[in-house]
Amino acid sequence: MTTAQREEAGPTEFDTSMLAVISAGERPPRPSAVSAALTFGWRGLLKIKHVPEQLFDVTLTPILFTLMFTFIWGGAIEGSTGEYLQYILPGILVVTVTFTTVYSGVTMNTDLTKGVVDRFRSLPISRSAPLVGPLLADACRYVLAALVGLVVGLILGYDADGGVLGVIGALAVLVVFALGLAWGFTALGLVMKTPQGVMNFGFTLIFPLTFMSSAFVDPETMPDGLQAVVEQNPFTRVVTATRGLLEGTASWGDVGIVVGFAALLTAIFVPLTIRLYRTKA
Amino acid sequence: MTSNDNLAIEAAGLVRCFGETRAVDGLDLSVQKGAVYGVLGPNGAGKTTTIRILATLLRPDSGSARVLGHDVVSEADAVRGQVSLTGQLASVDEDLTGRENLILIGRLLGFPRARAKSRASELLEAFGLADAQNKQVKNYSGGMRRRIDIAASFVVTPQLMFLDEPTTGLDPRSRNQVWEIIRSLAAQGTTVLLTTQYLDEADQLAGRIAVVDHGKVIAEGTPSELKASVGSGAVHVRLMRPDCRERARDLLAQALAAPVHLEADPTALSARVSEPERVPNAMAELERADIPVAEFALGQPSLDEVFLALTGRPAVDQTEEEGEETEEEEAAA
Repeated sequence: MTTAQREEAGPTEFDTSMLAVISAGERPPRPSAVSAALTFGWRGLLKIKHVPEQLFDVTLTPILFTLMFTFIWGGAIEGSTGEYLQYILPGILVVTVTFTTVYSGVTMNTDLTKGVVDRFRSLPISRSAPLVGPLLADACRYVLAALVGLVVGLILGYDADGGVLGVIGALAVLVVFALGLAWGFTALGLVMKTPQGVMNFGFTLIFPLTFMSSAFVDPETMPDGLQAVVEQNPFTRVVTATRGLLEGTASWGDVGIVVGFAALLTAIFVPLTIRLYRTKA
Repeated sequence: MTSNDNLAIEAAGLVRCFGETRAVDGLDLSVQKGAVYGVLGPNGAGKTTTIRILATLLRPDSGSARVLGHDVVSEADAVRGQVSLTGQLASVDEDLTGRENLILIGRLLGFPRARAKSRASELLEAFGLADAQNKQVKNYSGGMRRRIDIAASFVVTPQLMFLDEPTTGLDPRSRNQVWEIIRSLAAQGTTVLLTTQYLDEADQLAGRIAVVDHGKVIAEGTPSELKASVGSGAVHVRLMRPDCRERARDLLAQALAAPVHLEADPTALSARVSEPERVPNAMAELERADIPVAEFALGQPSLDEVFLALTGRPAVDQTEEEGEETEEEEAAA
């Protein structure tokens, strides 16, 4: 019975060619960590190409925020939309880039739940490459989100007195800060059960933190207690540095504190994330 | 544990718990190089956990395992360089095309860009996926997914391949294709560790089988040995005329010293035999009594019967297993 079935099945269309292909003994040398990370970055970019919906958030959020805050609240808060735009544009850039970092965790969690992480973890590659690589593609998203917001702002009449250098500096600070934050969300993505959970938890965390900063209104108009909190909020520092760079008034201290904060996040979350990725599932 | 050069896998006393559940509970395994080895058991028996430990994705809580001579914990990277894994979930990126997935793996394994591309083309052609190479994997059929997944495991030819339930959920045609692939792998000398809950599949493909239940190996051997351990098999008899059946039953029951069942077919009878040497005499008795026989067959018991005999319950026991599996997955998540 068994033998008969085997003979009936016979050779299939891919039987003969397959033997040669699967028995190829070619074994390339193991790639460097940098090369593996770049490959993961390439994968991230391919995913943007195949799932362009991913870019909706990145492009629509800065446009909507800039328009809504400027025209709906501008008159009430600053007395004129033009002046308010001048105040909030840097804040909007910080908020939209921060929102984008949550997706680093969502992407990681999606990979985990789909099973593709098993494949990566069973390959003889550097431990950090699957984690660093996606962030390279994410950095492109941060730049894109910030640029969209900036262009909308410039069209509406924002004065970037810091000039081209100021804009480049502001983008750099935003990306550095966002990358630090993204490590935190990647760790979250490895802990939570569903991508939806990562998203909900992430935004629940991000909303109060970004709104309780100097992004949208001058802290001096707030009650004393809150004002003290807002001034200590790291997001306030990021807004201050971004605003300073765009307007050409930033000090090295403003920038240094943001870089230091990003370094702290990285130092905490990189080892944790690598460990979680190793031991997870 | 001493290392044996002929063994692809040697595992001793593996234990892995998820919370209260002992998913793998003192499992021993030794698999010869170049063989297709089947790990057979129902859902929740610990098959997937075992494979994940052997493929270095999970650390055992206790016990040890060597894969191709390397310890799965202390020499995990050496193991990873020589094995590949095809899991129950498609272990490829569903958002990318089949071609991009293979190039991705090729690059990660160290192929230069051009060679990664040409290797992808070779594999797509060989696995019958050339037409679908530029489609996203999420649009593939179940059978195509399984093939791209196996192809991804062959970007660099592994010495040992783990296939975790490779045909679960496939239609019969796709299942046959996967079987053909596994036979080709075996033909070119790759060691294959295959888990399955289909007894038929283990019987068809594997040279040796370990039957796993509740995280332990409860029986091990060739398919024939396993069947023999349960009893010699069953006699199936079909008569030319239904009116002789009552007489035939009495004669057979006496000659075989075993209870005889009347089948739904009014000319058919069957009996489980524990003493096969009685069978020729039983056939002669029917002839002597002038009962015309259309068919007289001594068959080996099916692996379903093996499982029932070993565990006291059928291999597929839906309610209990689904519960266990969920528990295991949740604990792992």
